[in-house]
Amino acid sequence: MRRALGLFAFLSFVIFLLAAAISLRPFGEPPHAEMDTYFIEHAQEEASANNVVTSVVFDYRGFDTLGEATVLFTAVSGVLMALRHYGGKEK
Amino acid sequence: MTTAIIRTTTKILAPLILVFGSYIILHGHLTPGGGFQGGAVFASGLALLIVANNKEKVKELFDKVPLSQLESLGALGFLGIGALGLMGYTFLKNVIADSGFLFGAPTPKGINPGYLNTGGTLSYLNIFVGTKVLAGLTSIVLIFFLILRRERDEW
Repeated sequence: MRRALGLFAFLSFVIFLLAAAISLRPFGEPPHAEMDTYFIEHAQEEASANNVVTSVVFDYRGFDTLGEATVLFTAVSGVLMALRHYGGKEK
Repeated sequence: MTTAIIRTTTKILAPLILVFGSYIILHGHLTPGGGFQGGAVFASGLALLIVANNKEKVKELFDKVPLSQLESLGALGFLGIGALGLMGYTFLKNVIADSGFLFGAPTPKGINPGYLNTGGTLSYLNIFVGTKVLAGLTSIVLIFFLILRRERDEW
C-alpha cells in the first residue's frame, strides 16, 4: 500500500515536471518585458547611474540590500557570540 | 602552512588585491561589481594576510584595526544615507543626484563611458556597504583563525 502510494506520488511529480518543462517559454523571450525596458530607458535619469544593475540593487530595490546587510550583520554577531567563550578561556 | 613561498607571494599579491577591491567599491556605479563584491575582494586580500602569517604576527597586525567599529559604521552609514531621502521624499530616495556635491554631478544621458563624479547616493551606499562587508568577512576569518586553530599553530 505504501509502495503504491509512493509510486503514484513519484509518477505524478515526474509528469508535473515534464509538463512544466515542455510548456516553458523559449529562452530570451520573457512574457512581460515592460519592466526591463523601463529600467534600461529611465535608470540614467532617475537613479543617476550608468550601471543599471547598481541602480536596481541600490535604488529601485534598496530594501533588498538593506536586508542583505542585516543578514551579514546577524551572521557576524552570531559567530562572535558563539565563539567568544573559547576566546575568553585562553587568557 | 607559512612557508617562505606563501609569505613572499602574499607580500606581492595582497596590496594588489586590496587596491582592486577598493577600485570595485569606488566604481560600483560605473562598472560591474559594487559594494558587496568589492568588500568581498578586499576581505579576501585581508584573509590572505591572515592565513599567510603565524599567530603572533596576525595579532600584532590586527590589534589596532577597528573591525567591529567599521562594521557598525557601515550599517549606520547605510541607514543614515537612506534617511537623507526622508527630507521630503521616501526612504533611500536619491537626493544627492544633480546637486553638485561630491558624486553629485548630473549623469549624461545616452551611451557614454561613465564619469566617476556621478551617481548621487549610490556611490556613498556602495562605500558604506563595502566597509561593512570587508569588516564582517574579515572578522569572521580572524575569529576562526585565532580561536579554532590555536592548538595547531605549528602546521
